[in-house]
Amino acid sequence: MRKGRLVVVGNGMVGQRFVDALRDRDSNGQWRVTVLGEESRPAYDRVRLSALFDGVDPDELNLHTPDPQVRLRLGTSVTAIDRARRVVATTAGEYPYDALVLATGSSPFVPPIDGADLPGVFTYRTQDDLAAIRAHARGRRRGAVIGGGLLGLEAANALRLLGLATSVVEFAPRLMPMQVDTAGGALLRRYVEELGVACHLGVATSALHPGPDGSVAQLELADGGRVAADLVVVAAGIRPRDELARAADLPLGRQGGVLVDRTCRSADERIWAVGECAAVDGTCHGLVGPGYAMAETVADRLVGGAATVPNADTATKLKLLGVDVASFGDAHGTTPGCLDVTFTDPATRVYAKLVLSDDAQTLLGGVLVGDADAYPTLRASVGQALPAAPLALLAPAGAGTGAAALPGSTQVCSCNAVTRVDLDTAIAGGATDVPALKACTRAGTSCGSCVPMLRQLLDAAGVGQPRGLCEHFEVSRQELFDLIRIREIRTFSSLIAEYGRGAGCDICKPVVASILASLGTGHLLDGERASLQDTNDHFLANLQRDGSYSVVPRIPGGEITPEKLIVLGEVARDFALYTKITGGQRIDLLGARVEQLPQIWRRLVDAGFESGHAYGKALRTVKSCVGSTWCRYGVQDSVGLAIALELRYRGLRAPHKIKAAVSGCARECAEARGKDFGIIATDAGWNLYVGGNGGFRPRHADLFATDLTTEALVRLIDRFLMYYIRTADRLQRTAAWIEAMDGGLEHLSAVIVDDSLGLCAELDVAMARHVGSYSDEWRDVLKDPARLGRFTSFVNAPEVPDPSIRFTEERGQRVPAQAEETGSRQPVGLGLPQVRR
Amino acid sequence: MTGQPREWTVVCPLTCLDPGRGVAALVDGVQVALFRTTADLFAIDNRDPVTDTYVLSRGIVGSRGSVPTVASPLHKQAYDLRTGDCLDLPGVAVRWHEVRCRAGLVEVRLREEA
Repeated sequence: MRKGRLVVVGNGMVGQRFVDALRDRDSNGQWRVTVLGEESRPAYDRVRLSALFDGVDPDELNLHTPDPQVRLRLGTSVTAIDRARRVVATTAGEYPYDALVLATGSSPFVPPIDGADLPGVFTYRTQDDLAAIRAHARGRRRGAVIGGGLLGLEAANALRLLGLATSVVEFAPRLMPMQVDTAGGALLRRYVEELGVACHLGVATSALHPGPDGSVAQLELADGGRVAADLVVVAAGIRPRDELARAADLPLGRQGGVLVDRTCRSADERIWAVGECAAVDGTCHGLVGPGYAMAETVADRLVGGAATVPNADTATKLKLLGVDVASFGDAHGTTPGCLDVTFTDPATRVYAKLVLSDDAQTLLGGVLVGDADAYPTLRASVGQALPAAPLALLAPAGAGTGAAALPGSTQVCSCNAVTRVDLDTAIAGGATDVPALKACTRAGTSCGSCVPMLRQLLDAAGVGQPRGLCEHFEVSRQELFDLIRIREIRTFSSLIAEYGRGAGCDICKPVVASILASLGTGHLLDGERASLQDTNDHFLANLQRDGSYSVVPRIPGGEITPEKLIVLGEVARDFALYTKITGGQRIDLLGARVEQLPQIWRRLVDAGFESGHAYGKALRTVKSCVGSTWCRYGVQDSVGLAIALELRYRGLRAPHKIKAAVSGCARECAEARGKDFGIIATDAGWNLYVGGNGGFRPRHADLFATDLTTEALVRLIDRFLMYYIRTADRLQRTAAWIEAMDGGLEHLSAVIVDDSLGLCAELDVAMARHVGSYSDEWRDVLKDPARLGRFTSFVNAPEVPDPSIRFTEERGQRVPAQAEETGSRQPVGLGLPQVRR
Repeated sequence: MTGQPREWTVVCPLTCLDPGRGVAALVDGVQVALFRTTADLFAIDNRDPVTDTYVLSRGIVGSRGSVPTVASPLHKQAYDLRTGDCLDLPGVAVRWHEVRCRAGLVEVRLREEA
């Protein structure tokens, strides 16, 4: 079968989604895909564009994954469509098509104002726009945004972040006129003005005037007012990019856009349009959700499906300038006979409105300002019977009801069109947590606002993370932590007698041991506590496959003197240990028998080494690059900071291991973003990233705070770690902890930056106590005959080494001798041709 | 193997055993894992049959329902301390041995293969 030639014009968010959706469905490879993109970059997440001002790396916004079956031509402008010959002409030649998909998006609308072309006047749509704004803002003091809608407020926040005193000019009488009503707009204005953003509402901009240097200096308003601004962003709306279709004589919508039907097909049956450039039944949509729905529809049609575009969901929820704003359904109450229920609380500054059908039985839409917690449930209920009494729905935080009350056909994730039935099916099929649900349904992977509902559905199905730790305790790790901390319980036996049952197990005992250690209540091996430790913590070394142990002394920041290196070499040689450099910039000594551990450590402690806690669920290492001390590119002393942090947090017991790194510049040689907390130097200080890990499911850490002083950085890390230790589940790394947190990073920030729970002082004290009471576990063992007594091979034959631990030699070092029959270690051949017999 | 019942071997004073923890002992050349719980003493082979490694004495002692258990420190399979049966892998078991305390001394008598 001849492959069809599919040409996609535009590589924005919707264009990329279309290609992904098609490739997912086109399992026989019936389409040969060519994508023509005008920008020099492949598709990126434009919705998160402003994150670039928070220091997010442009790569992180990338949406494009290379696909050998898709030809991507960037920097290629399409100049014409020849419908008769079925080719598109570009600046770099012609591309024939059997099917053509227009995903050209839209362009910013710049009103015809005098001076709109002055230097210093920008639009806000592409990465290049943002780079230009950032460059122009340098050294300037005042900014203004024309347009007080969603994009305008986002731009205003960006200007604030660039340090400009910012004004917003909006022609409508309120901010975000498309989304909120008069009362909601008034509250929003109060929030925005408190942030120092001046609002000029209900007035048009009549001209822009230049200053002495020729670039913009002043806005003239229609009411005669003047606003000083040496940088202006125009965010007055968008216009569909329909010029190619227009030139090719394709019918357009009344307000522009390629006119398409519910299948997204234009008047030419070979030409389709998706996203902002498409006018579905005459209406254009500027949100990504409806665009994605169009992309999926066309992809389905091209492989023979019969999909049509559902009614566009124009619901929006966002945090603008720190204020939650949400709007959904018929937010303005345009349905004949509809009723409003409003709720205003001047104390908590929350405004909410529900629009109901004339019989008050059906939810039609609504507006939330200041607190949008109820949004996911409300949005999913639009067009349906109210899931609870209106006031119960609106009461802040209560939200009265949850996802469990929703009917099966309800779209829970409207970004990805996932219904409650889809989610229930996935749960029945074995998805037991939010990450698993995300992976198998894509729900919650776009805007994320439905994640709390995913959790509620898991709970409703009875699989939402079972709270009980194990058969011996019905409480979670977090609850155990609080019980032990607040009741000052110090032994496992009293804890289980009072709050548990049975004799404990390999799950609850180490958890309690870890909590007692986190609370700084004494040595691991003292009294009953020794019996709680798993073997690694019991012998303060890492058990290996053959029953021997490894030893990893701390080498803070990976910095080590030649003398100490020599000691490590000598110890390894004298005890015939296998040596290997670890990923955390230290040296692993493997193959030690239990009774050798104290002898080895005596030598190490005498030479100034201390435990590296490689055996513990604890801080492991803070890796570093050489930083500004040596590196030509370094901007800060990464080694010095890494050492200081490693020494500060050494010995800190946690729900899981904690890894960290410090990079001395943005080149990131220390791989800090693969760590639980990572720090990257900037010209002005340090950027802090949290929640990264390698391992089974690698994840980059998220940017948490930027340009911090060392003092502010340390304070944030203190709180981050202590909050993690107090609230995470057993064996939950920081990434999973944040992911499972209601509100995610925002919540974390509220707790440890804004102190929303009033916990910060307590967390600070707890960390100060840890830092003040640190003592090297190995040094303490060596001083104490009772503790040393545990390190014996056989209780009745301490002089006999375990005869089962045997070695062989490989590449000049001792390695475990393997039982012949397991044959699990085979020589590794590299690149040698295999001879077939 | 048949023949003479084995003798009891004195291993160590009871005070060498911590409640809730095991130790390894060498009895007639056999590695035995000895455990003391609040009320009882148990002895099973020290060899973890899943990994062929002599480590069971270093596992965490606990209970599953009413069964006293030890979990292998390598891959956490639980064994019934009374019978040596693995509770997680059907058909897998370790030998159990007789153990008693006389005059403050712990004694072990090996059992032949079941």
